[in-house]
Amino acid sequence: MEFIIEILSDYTTRTIALGTSLLGLISGLMGTWAVLRRQSLLGDAVAHASLPGIALAFLITGVKNSLFFFIGAAIAGWIATAWVSNITRNTKIKTDTALAIAIALFFGFGMVLITFIQRTPNANQGGLESFLFGQAATLLREDILIMAITAAITIIIVLLLWKEFKLLAFDPQHAHTTGVNIKVLDIILNSLIVIAIVIGLQSVGVVLMSAMLIAPAAAARQWTDRLGAMAILASLFGLLSGIAGTGISSFAPLLPTGPLIVLVSIFIVTISFLFAPKRGLVAQYTLKQKSKKRIALDSMLINLFEICCQHSDPQHLHSVNILKPMPDYNKATIKKLSEQGLITLTKQKEWCLTEKGITNARRIIKNGGSS
Amino acid sequence: MIGLQWEIIIIAILAAITCAILGVFLVLRKMSMTSDAISHAILPGIAIGFLITGTINSPLLIILAALMGLLTVAMTEAVTSTRLVKEDAATGLVFPALFSIGVILISKYASNIHIDTDSVLLGEIAFAPFDRLVIREIDIGPKSFWVLGTTILLNLLFVLVFFKELKLSTFDSNLAATFGFMPILLNYMLMGLVSITIVSSFEAVGVILVIALLIAPAATSYLLNDNLKNMITLSVIFGIISALAGYWIARWLDASIAGMMATVSGLIFFLVYLLAPGQGLVASVRRRQRQKLEFAQMTLAMHIYNHSDDSENIEERMKGKLGYHLGWSVSYIEKIVKRSQNSGIITVKDDLISITSKGIGFVEAANMLISSKYHPSFQRLRNEFIIFTGN
Repeated sequence: MEFIIEILSDYTTRTIALGTSLLGLISGLMGTWAVLRRQSLLGDAVAHASLPGIALAFLITGVKNSLFFFIGAAIAGWIATAWVSNITRNTKIKTDTALAIAIALFFGFGMVLITFIQRTPNANQGGLESFLFGQAATLLREDILIMAITAAITIIIVLLLWKEFKLLAFDPQHAHTTGVNIKVLDIILNSLIVIAIVIGLQSVGVVLMSAMLIAPAAAARQWTDRLGAMAILASLFGLLSGIAGTGISSFAPLLPTGPLIVLVSIFIVTISFLFAPKRGLVAQYTLKQKSKKRIALDSMLINLFEICCQHSDPQHLHSVNILKPMPDYNKATIKKLSEQGLITLTKQKEWCLTEKGITNARRIIKNGGSS
Repeated sequence: MIGLQWEIIIIAILAAITCAILGVFLVLRKMSMTSDAISHAILPGIAIGFLITGTINSPLLIILAALMGLLTVAMTEAVTSTRLVKEDAATGLVFPALFSIGVILISKYASNIHIDTDSVLLGEIAFAPFDRLVIREIDIGPKSFWVLGTTILLNLLFVLVFFKELKLSTFDSNLAATFGFMPILLNYMLMGLVSITIVSSFEAVGVILVIALLIAPAATSYLLNDNLKNMITLSVIFGIISALAGYWIARWLDASIAGMMATVSGLIFFLVYLLAPGQGLVASVRRRQRQKLEFAQMTLAMHIYNHSDDSENIEERMKGKLGYHLGWSVSYIEKIVKRSQNSGIITVKDDLISITSKGIGFVEAANMLISSKYHPSFQRLRNEFIIFTGN
């Protein structure tokens, strides 16, 4: 609680927190699409590839201006996307290799450009290095304004094209037959993903930005099967990671903010993987145990029913001892069956099926499973 | 004692060679991004190793980093096996987590020790020769020579000993498993070696750009080649060229050596991608254009062939009416008719098109092609028309 109060009270921290929450919001929203379309690693390539764009923007304009950086990064990221899809379409090279080469070429070239910048006698260069791992502390009010406008435009476009994007993500073939121009849609969606990455570069850095695209969406996916809910949750998780990461870094000013924000988002993913209802690992485990128990009960009931069928009177009392040689005999199972009123246990350790037990067993045999 | 500059160049070449050998398998196994993930994720291994030993070239550091690499692969597989997310997202979650921990460790202790994030990420090849291996007061060269040399030997030994197994598990992992080749064990051995390779090269090029030397030369040779042995050789050659050219251009421009090596390796790929025979962009665009033209010729020849006995509708064969019948523009008709005349499948006399005997053979073969039956005439025709080559 303490750092939330601190964030709200201090002007600089408030600016930074606003910036990182904006980045979390947009990367969560756009990451939803990236994760669903299995483009997670494209985000990694785009983020790395934006480095030469930032460096060139600085070399050309000579000033450290976020707007120019955004434009440069977006163009470079977009070229990388086009490069990857071109190579995979025209050659036998697979996506993963095309992505890796894009990272190598673009990031390498970016590093070359940065050495040029470091040699220019320009005092402004300090902001550039923070693009590697992010330094949210360098965010200014103007940056936030640009981020906010870009974020608003992104959200509006996503809302307007919601149906089309949904079709594109889940059934592109069907989208094509309905007359939607999937090529144009694909370009728009990819461009928005690139923009989401670019918005976050200053706070999270080129190396780790892809995680901000993936983690909130991957976490949100575990809690819901609905696209709308997933997008909202992912945005919230992203926002939370941004604010919490910034809050932690305000206690450790030497640390770059990028890794902290990313670690918070990974923490949210871990919690979601473990504890999300239905899909979470804990829920899956309990469900599995439950069905295991139910199957054990069912098969025991059928075994008992078969024994009863060998006798002229189906409700003849048998000794419990005759069950002991059975491979899946289990005291608890027998007890459970009697608790559910499927068998009657006498004090002399004898048992017989009840009416309900017989009908249940017949139904299981007929349907191949209990209700 | 050789000059400092040549020592740097040799280190760069050794790093390029050791990366290029394994890169081929990464490209073929679609694991390029896995190596990217490993190169990021070994950072905490390097950081912890450095904190303990205080040096970058300690064997402990290499072992720790290799373990980190294996841990990354295992963690990614574990996350994928929960089926909560797809494999690409699993990779994209595991390595940023480990990398973040590494960056935080290094940043936190940056003031106490001589290591910073820049040098780990980008390498400081220019300083590598100063870290020398001295045994009994005899200087036997930079430590990097020995570390990289050992890695090259290890990689070569691995590839030579397990060549058959690697080949089979790369191209048909299920068959390899039925033969008892244990593709999973082989995969972990490969990933372990990739991790060792990345650690030993990171001083030269840094963890992020190692991926350039691993993947780009191998992918370039894959564009030119299908044979595994040739691919490895070519990959090594491309790696060495990238190292040499990258170094000299960087010296000339006074820029980052690692960055320039990566840039050159990417540019070589790009050039080959544009110009390679067969797989290259120029070649494939030209091939596609030619196929398009040949299919148009085929359409025209079939049209004329179908109407050659049709004396009542002779206008079907009039050049001036083709636009109506085939839906082509006048200039396109002109182009296709001319091409077809040149290849001798039709003749034109007073605007009336007739099919030649060669044209009839062409149409018959084309019919076979469409019904995907093989016809001996394909052999003869494919020198002239690439649509019969079966690509």
